[in-house]
Amino acid sequence: MSDTAPVKKQSVADEAALLPPVDVIEDASGITLYADLPGVTKDKLHLQIEADTLTIEGEIDLEMPGGMEASHAEVSLPRYRRVFTLSKELDAGKVAAEFNQGVLKLSIPKAEHAQPRKVEIRIA
Amino acid sequence: MIYRSLFPRDVLSELDRLQRELQQTFHFSPSIRGIARGGFPAMNVGGTPQSVEIYAFAPGIDPATLEVQIEKGVLTVAGERKLPVAAEAATVHIDERFAGRFRRVVTLPDDVDANAVDARYRDGVLRISIARKQSAQPRRITIQ
Repeated sequence: MSDTAPVKKQSVADEAALLPPVDVIEDASGITLYADLPGVTKDKLHLQIEADTLTIEGEIDLEMPGGMEASHAEVSLPRYRRVFTLSKELDAGKVAAEFNQGVLKLSIPKAEHAQPRKVEIRIA
Repeated sequence: MIYRSLFPRDVLSELDRLQRELQQTFHFSPSIRGIARGGFPAMNVGGTPQSVEIYAFAPGIDPATLEVQIEKGVLTVAGERKLPVAAEAATVHIDERFAGRFRRVVTLPDDVDANAVDARYRDGVLRISIARKQSAQPRRITIQ
C-alpha cells in the first residue's frame, strides 16, 4: 500500500534449479556423497548444514562469447540445488568437502558413539 | 463372483505408450541417432556470427582421456568416466551418476572451419569453440 512497505525479496530457495545426480555410499565410518555439479566454480558453490538439513547449491558460471544465441540446451537452468536430511548418528560438525572438476565429494563421519563397536564377552 | 481386472487394459503398456507420446511431443525433431536428450555428457550448443560454441557437461574426467573429433561436419565427443568402486562392506544408497564409456555426436553447420577449433576443459565442462569460415562471415561493403 505504501511505498515504504518492505519489498518481499525472493529467497534463493524459491528459484528453479536443476537436481544434480548424486551417489551416496555408506560404510562403517560414515557416509560419502558425490554430486555432479559441472560448470560450478569453487566460489559459487554453497554448502550448508542447518539442524539436520544438508543443502547443496551451486551456480553455473560459463564463459560465453557476447551475442551468443543458444540453439540447443540440455542444461537449461543456471543453478543446481539438492537438499538432504541427515540422520542423528552423523556428525554434522566434522563434514569434509572436496570440489574438483565439477565433482563434489562430501565425507560425513558418524559420531563417535554411533560407530560400530565390538563387544567382548568374557566367559567366566 | 467374478474377479475383474481393475484396469481394462495392460497398465504397463499403456504407460509405455504415454511416455512415447510425451517424448514425441517434446522432441520436436527426433534425431536419426536416437533421442538426443538424457545422454552423457549433457550438451548445450550456441552460436555467434563468428563461431559455434559447444558445451559438454562432463564433470570429473581427466581431460587427457577425452576424445574430440571432427569428421565430415560431425563432431564427436567420446571418453570414459571411471568412478571409485565402493568397497564390498559399503552400502550404496543412491547411485545416479553416470559411469562407463560415452560418445555423443553433434552435426555442425556447413560454414564452420574444422581447422580452427579450440577445446578447453574447466570446472567439469568441455567447451569447444569452432570458428566459422571467413567467407561465411557477414561483411560490410563500403560504397565508393
